[in-house]
Amino acid sequence: MEIKEALEMVSQTHPGKVRSHNEDSVACVASCGLVVLTDGMGGYNAGEVASGIAVSVVASEIKQYLELARADDKDVASGEDMAVVLLRNNVRKANLSIYNAAQSQPQYAGMGTTLVSGLFYDNRVAVAHVGDSRMYRLRGEIFETITRDHSLLQEQLDSGMISQADARVSLNRNLVTRAVGIDENVEVEVHVHEVQRGDIYLFCSDGLNDMVEDDDIADIVRTFKSNMPLMATQLIQAANDNGGRDNVSVILVKVKSNFAATSHLYAKILAWFKN
Amino acid sequence: MAAKIILSMDGVVLQEYALSKERMTVGRKPHNDIVIDNLAVSGDHAAIVTIQNDSFLEDLDSTNGVMVNGATIKKHFLQTNDVIEIGKYKIKYLNDHQSQTTAADFERTMVLRAPVKLAAAQPNSATTHADALDATGKFNATAPLSGSLVKAAVQSSLGTGGMAAAESTPSAQAIAVIQILNGPNAGKELELVKNLTTLGKPGVQVAVLTRRPHGYFLTHVEGEIFPVVNGESLGEHLRQLNDHDIIELAGVKMEFYFKT
Repeated sequence: MEIKEALEMVSQTHPGKVRSHNEDSVACVASCGLVVLTDGMGGYNAGEVASGIAVSVVASEIKQYLELARADDKDVASGEDMAVVLLRNNVRKANLSIYNAAQSQPQYAGMGTTLVSGLFYDNRVAVAHVGDSRMYRLRGEIFETITRDHSLLQEQLDSGMISQADARVSLNRNLVTRAVGIDENVEVEVHVHEVQRGDIYLFCSDGLNDMVEDDDIADIVRTFKSNMPLMATQLIQAANDNGGRDNVSVILVKVKSNFAATSHLYAKILAWFKN
Repeated sequence: MAAKIILSMDGVVLQEYALSKERMTVGRKPHNDIVIDNLAVSGDHAAIVTIQNDSFLEDLDSTNGVMVNGATIKKHFLQTNDVIEIGKYKIKYLNDHQSQTTAADFERTMVLRAPVKLAAAQPNSATTHADALDATGKFNATAPLSGSLVKAAVQSSLGTGGMAAAESTPSAQAIAVIQILNGPNAGKELELVKNLTTLGKPGVQVAVLTRRPHGYFLTHVEGEIFPVVNGESLGEHLRQLNDHDIIELAGVKMEFYFKT
């Protein structure tokens, strides 16, 4: 099954009810099973610039590469899946583009963006993230956060300093410990997860999970399983009903069928016949 | 620094302290930041650890304990207007952070670049804890402690906005009910207490009733046929329900009304 037919992708982004700018950016490249979501920060319109650069670099570079090669190939140097290497390298590339732009233009000084990106291939998904943009997964009845925020609050939770209940009222909710574009180098967290038929993946900016409790997000995802565009609308509506204090973006990916990679030999023969 | 504490006894204010240090200690011994010379107070009684905009209070195994708002605690995440009691002394915690900022700069995401020391989980290990944190490399320890921390102070709380508003809204509304009018289940009532209520049969026809701050809305989710409200097909649109609206869905007629 081609990746394009195996996945259903929907995205929506909204400035929210308070902000005039939308500093979030989203991209879905159905042909290669790639989604990218970013949440920019920085004064004036610099946040939009940073998030825009990150999405376009990651989406276009990976798309271009996958026209010639495959995500399930192994990288010769590290032995990792190409998907992992592609995500990591291109997030770094985006990092450098943003950093250089910020260095050369004073109005962009200090701009940066959080990022979450998923690349689906061979019944797996490689997920890269930096900062507090998240990926959740609904599998069967279980809805859970797959990524772990790079934020002060998450570190406090991890170290046991603060409980989940206290975290909801913490004043430190939006301090991220990593972002794309603020330094010459960025540490990108990438993991590969196995994918099952029927899974629904939700990628979102903190404008969703800061405004809507995880349990309520889970309820919406379960209830609207059969209608993905409506699910996206409902999620954004829920964030706005609760105040919509931040830009809110969601990307939803439903796995409709398996998408195991065809073997190399088979692919080669097929390519040979086509030529 | 936004937060401060006010020490008082018998309603008389003794002293005000800004929480300017990451760790402020309270006790009878003179090396404490806040010295209370009273025999009911232990030598090292309690500590207040402040991280960015949040402050935590810890009892340092004192003899007579620490109370916050009337309850004995070992460790407590301080909220503005909390009253800490140590013996006869009262310490009020004030964090004007919530009131100072406006909605415009509400929760802008900021990057932490300087090494921020997490508070000590154990009372006496403030330094070792911070070292351990640097060693893990989670924070960017090389960046200078620069303007980013100052900027971070501009961001504001959600405690007063988002979640709180979300929690309070449903109760402000009258509870609505759906009553089935025909078929074997005629007369049955369903209270709409959840935010989302699914109606219909999966795979055939499904509609969802959404409870929102300003009312109840019906949306078509799946199936070839749309639900009908008061004889009108719903189509792809979302429709706000009024008292005594009649919904028809998958052959079942039901009435929507508010409980009085």
